[in-house]
Amino acid sequence: MNHLLFTGKMKLADVLMGNYRLLLVLDRFRLHLGFGEKSVEEVCMAHGIPAPLFLMVCNVYTFGDYLPGEGDLKAIDVRSLLGYLQSSHHYYKEKCLPGIRHKLDALEERTRNRSSQILQRFYSDYQAEVMNHFDYEEFTAFPYVMGLMEGRAVTEAYSIGQFEKNHSNIEEKLNDMKSILIKYLPDTEEQDMLRELLFDLFELEDDFRKHTLMEDKVLVPLVEQMERKG
Amino acid sequence: MESRKKHRVILLEASPIIVAGVRSLLSTHSEWEVVGSFPEVSHCQERLAVLHPDVLLVNPLLVDYSRRFHVRALLADATGMAVMALVSSYVDAEVMKQYDGVIEINDDASSIVKKMRQAMEARKAPADAPDNYELSERENEILAAVAKGLTNKEIADMLNISVHTVISHRKNITRKTGIKTVSGLTVYALLNNLIDQSEVE
Repeated sequence: MNHLLFTGKMKLADVLMGNYRLLLVLDRFRLHLGFGEKSVEEVCMAHGIPAPLFLMVCNVYTFGDYLPGEGDLKAIDVRSLLGYLQSSHHYYKEKCLPGIRHKLDALEERTRNRSSQILQRFYSDYQAEVMNHFDYEEFTAFPYVMGLMEGRAVTEAYSIGQFEKNHSNIEEKLNDMKSILIKYLPDTEEQDMLRELLFDLFELEDDFRKHTLMEDKVLVPLVEQMERKG
Repeated sequence: MESRKKHRVILLEASPIIVAGVRSLLSTHSEWEVVGSFPEVSHCQERLAVLHPDVLLVNPLLVDYSRRFHVRALLADATGMAVMALVSSYVDAEVMKQYDGVIEINDDASSIVKKMRQAMEARKAPADAPDNYELSERENEILAAVAKGLTNKEIADMLNISVHTVISHRKNITRKTGIKTVSGLTVYALLNNLIDQSEVE
């Protein structure tokens, strides 16, 4: 499979042409468009981004059956990985989730009906739950990892094994919301708004799935290694 | 025997020793043919549609069940085939329930073949899925109770049925609606006027 993956020698522009959804990833590495003919490695070098991490994210987001192997993990700098995960959280918290909220509010304003208010309420709860989850990662899990890197001893109070627990419920609620919009919302004239909402939800779901993979299959194994050594 | 179509088998197993073992064992039985083996689920996914095996033997450890992935959910094209666990180390019994059969590392050739035949037959039997996807009266009643925040035990007591029955109703509700979480079911109940907003606050 590996011969299909993106490599550092490819032009970054070609990588983006190959998968437009990677445009989302650029922002998380604080990269701005206008790459000219520069290769992935050149752009990474110029911006102080570790190329192995950048490529891994691009490959995870693009190739559904790509799972980073042990050799790939060795090349990953945990501090940069945490930075990347945190900027993804920032994107969800500040742009993506509020964007969906905004569309739901607009729907309610247009329809003024009970069903869009029910949806609003469901989404508020969902958004709060996701925010809680990010807070937990940023204030408990990530500082724990930073501590390990600074040589703090492994304690029994917390281990990275507890990390994955919350992910499934967040995925399930998102999926429920899609089902509800597609199957159960009473007929309305606002089909354009519903379609936009659904596109956003599908997009977010895909994005979350890749984000979760970076956490569960890259961060967690790397930290487990550190714990064993610690 | 010769004229009969061979049953096609795919192995999903990382150990070359086990793969070679199963291959050699089945090579002595003319009704079976191993058409492929893969060390990882991801390698196998796209090949299934091409190889269309009758039986898929899977090392359950290759399926990430810690995240409650159902083996069939990972193998989208696996509907027509028997998916069996090929077990070489301890695996939780709960995990095995999703498989059509279980082959243990110590099984002898004849019992392996027998188990594979059984799994294939069970798979071919017509599915008992109802063609009616609308919720029944009873299911609506239970869904409303779930949305109100009642526990399975409370619902069972209220309706004079067993907790087991409540759970099987809930499974059917989720299968029909595609909604898994209590908050999702609450939205369903509200939209369909099964409950009133005041009842969930």
